[in-house]
Amino acid sequence: MDLQYTPEQTQLRESVERFVREAYDFAHRRRLAASELGHDEGCWRQYADFGWLAIPFSEEEGGIGGDATDTGIVMEGVGRGLLLEPYLASVVLGGGMLSALGSAAQKAEWLQPMMGGERKLALAYAEPGSRYEATHCESAARSDGNAYVIDGTKTLVYGGPTADQFVVVARTAGAAGDRDGLSAFVVDAGTAGVALTPYATHDGQRAADLVLDGVRVDAARRLGEEGAAGEALERVIDQGIAALAAEAVGAMAVLVDSTLEYLKTRQQFGRPIGTNQALQHRMVDMYIALDEARSMALYGALMLREGDAAARRKALSATKIEIDRTAKRVGQEAVQMHGAMGVTEELAVGHYFTRLSMIATTFGDSDWHVERYMSA
Amino acid sequence: MDLTLSPAEQAFEAEVRAFIGEHLPADIREKVRLDRFLDRDDFMRWQQILGRQGWFTGAWPREHGGQAWSAMQTIIFNRVAGEMHCPELQVFGPAMVGPVLYTFGTEAQKAKHLPAIRDSSVWWCQGYSEPGAGSDLASLKTQADDHGDHFVVNGQKIWTSYAHFADWMFCLVRTGREGRKQEGISFLLIDMKTPGVNVQPIRMLDGRHYLNAVFFDDVKVPRENLIGEAGRGWTYAKFLLEHERVENANLRFITQELQKLRRVAGEVRSGGRRLIDDPAFAAEVAGVEVQFKALEIGLLRMLSDMHAGAPAGPGKSSFIKIRGTEIAQRITELLVQAAGPDGQRYQPGPLLGANGDALVGPEHALGPVPSYQFCRAMTIYGGSTEVQKNIMAKHALGL
Repeated sequence: MDLQYTPEQTQLRESVERFVREAYDFAHRRRLAASELGHDEGCWRQYADFGWLAIPFSEEEGGIGGDATDTGIVMEGVGRGLLLEPYLASVVLGGGMLSALGSAAQKAEWLQPMMGGERKLALAYAEPGSRYEATHCESAARSDGNAYVIDGTKTLVYGGPTADQFVVVARTAGAAGDRDGLSAFVVDAGTAGVALTPYATHDGQRAADLVLDGVRVDAARRLGEEGAAGEALERVIDQGIAALAAEAVGAMAVLVDSTLEYLKTRQQFGRPIGTNQALQHRMVDMYIALDEARSMALYGALMLREGDAAARRKALSATKIEIDRTAKRVGQEAVQMHGAMGVTEELAVGHYFTRLSMIATTFGDSDWHVERYMSA
Repeated sequence: MDLTLSPAEQAFEAEVRAFIGEHLPADIREKVRLDRFLDRDDFMRWQQILGRQGWFTGAWPREHGGQAWSAMQTIIFNRVAGEMHCPELQVFGPAMVGPVLYTFGTEAQKAKHLPAIRDSSVWWCQGYSEPGAGSDLASLKTQADDHGDHFVVNGQKIWTSYAHFADWMFCLVRTGREGRKQEGISFLLIDMKTPGVNVQPIRMLDGRHYLNAVFFDDVKVPRENLIGEAGRGWTYAKFLLEHERVENANLRFITQELQKLRRVAGEVRSGGRRLIDDPAFAAEVAGVEVQFKALEIGLLRMLSDMHAGAPAGPGKSSFIKIRGTEIAQRITELLVQAAGPDGQRYQPGPLLGANGDALVGPEHALGPVPSYQFCRAMTIYGGSTEVQKNIMAKHALGL
């Protein structure tokens, strides 16, 4: 057992934290969230220069050969700064699917440009009727000569408005809910028949719904064997859970720090409010919750290595359940202890709270994960 | 980073499993498995078996006759002991007074007491709390007057676990009244057979005799039983708390009770449906299991930090005590819920093993309510949750 960061990881942590501190202050982030694009292209190119976009990919794929604990370091920084660039969407989700299923030629064409910062990817899997069941896919891809014709609707495609390519999951066989029969295709943004509805989410990020109406894609754009994308999709979503967990830890850490600072400085009745035992004990509970979240984020990242898919799914569900519990505790308490300022647009605290609240309904909420956990 | 056990740790786990399988007496295992109360002989027999293997004091350094177990080995031992229905070990000797003795004791004290702790031939109890000194322990009043070659002790201790089983007590007494209240406290070892020591039982809600009040009436304690210097007892008591970190996590108990919870929830049926298939109950089971996972990983992170030479961080042992007891209590609560109406029968005969009374109702329904009642004490003893949070607020958060 060894739960220490390596010297390289410590270095990565420091550089991520430095970037967030120096290049991504809250005023900057606020302007970006209100802008048309919703993120900073300059920052995205910097992430590429730092090598962050290549972390989880093997050296053969042109990546750095890191693992989920490394991605977690970046994601913790994403949480600390509430970074708006689509790291999760493009690297973990879109990139994850290409890495899991793509051929060397497909990776060269779509994954490597993403690592270089020239292109962005997004994963289109969720549908109006699927809620959290990734395999509940009704979109269909019909084989037609040397091509496929895709019809269907995709929702909450994170990073969708700025993606150059979508990895679209569609059914080539079977019925909604089957793990078999799912296939994944790379579809360029702007392909005829793709209608995109972009929007902001409550946390200032960008996503889109897609309607695919007779979208014709070359068979060379199918990733992996026909009908065999289900396992990879579930694994990539589990990777997404580990990444979200790390992001939540970063956001919670900021809330714990700022709430503690506030308790020490905010004066009422002639003394700091942190002298009240009722608040001290609740602050301790937040501090404990953050430490528990950190443990579970690490656990989730390490359990992605688990070869037994059932054990991996159980562990990532455990992670998500604990992250949701601790994030709710920390988020709600931070707002409460900041008083009315906590619910204003002006103060950062409320924005962290909002992001944590959106994480709770991403990739399965606690109820959904309890069911998956208990059935494993 | 890596969560897996090293080959040596895996071998140790297998060794523990094999040893317990071969040497844990079946009657004791069944008592633990069926929630019967254990008596002195049950505890001592098992501890003496472990003692012969060197495992009752496995975590002690080799120079004091221990096996120099790593904290990881202690964790492994406790987990396996929980899975295999071993009794809770009485930690007053091996984890509490033992480390104080080998760190601060004289050669004569070590020679006299350490062997009897290692082989568990002597039962130790802890004399800390008093009627007026609970959370505010340093307010203790039990007086030890210095008569040169001996002290004369007068006063009262309370909530003393198993004092009625104990041969010896390690005790905090007041030898001085000057300066801060922490400064006049001394650490004394008292032979429970000394004239003037009077143990009075305090009955628990479930009828069990576990706690006691201990009265001292002109009890003569030889000076050779003073640990370290007079007036520095508070320092030794605080040192002792540092040794409780892993014990604080309640790993053996939680492992045992979670296993029981899964089993019972799979057996109990409500209108044909297994309780574990009730989504509301399943959510509670999953909730407490994943919280335990977070505690386990938190403990491992702390050990990994310490191994790498980093300090554990202020308040860590409080944090582990708070969560280890809350999680344990939550499981006992869920076991009461699982037992349902069957759990309402109070059956002192089977519980105490005092007579041949036949058990009424299902096996699993005997223990949950007594265990639930008893375990409410967990967040009170050893520094209540509120005191632990005060400690964390001050030392970890600077409030």
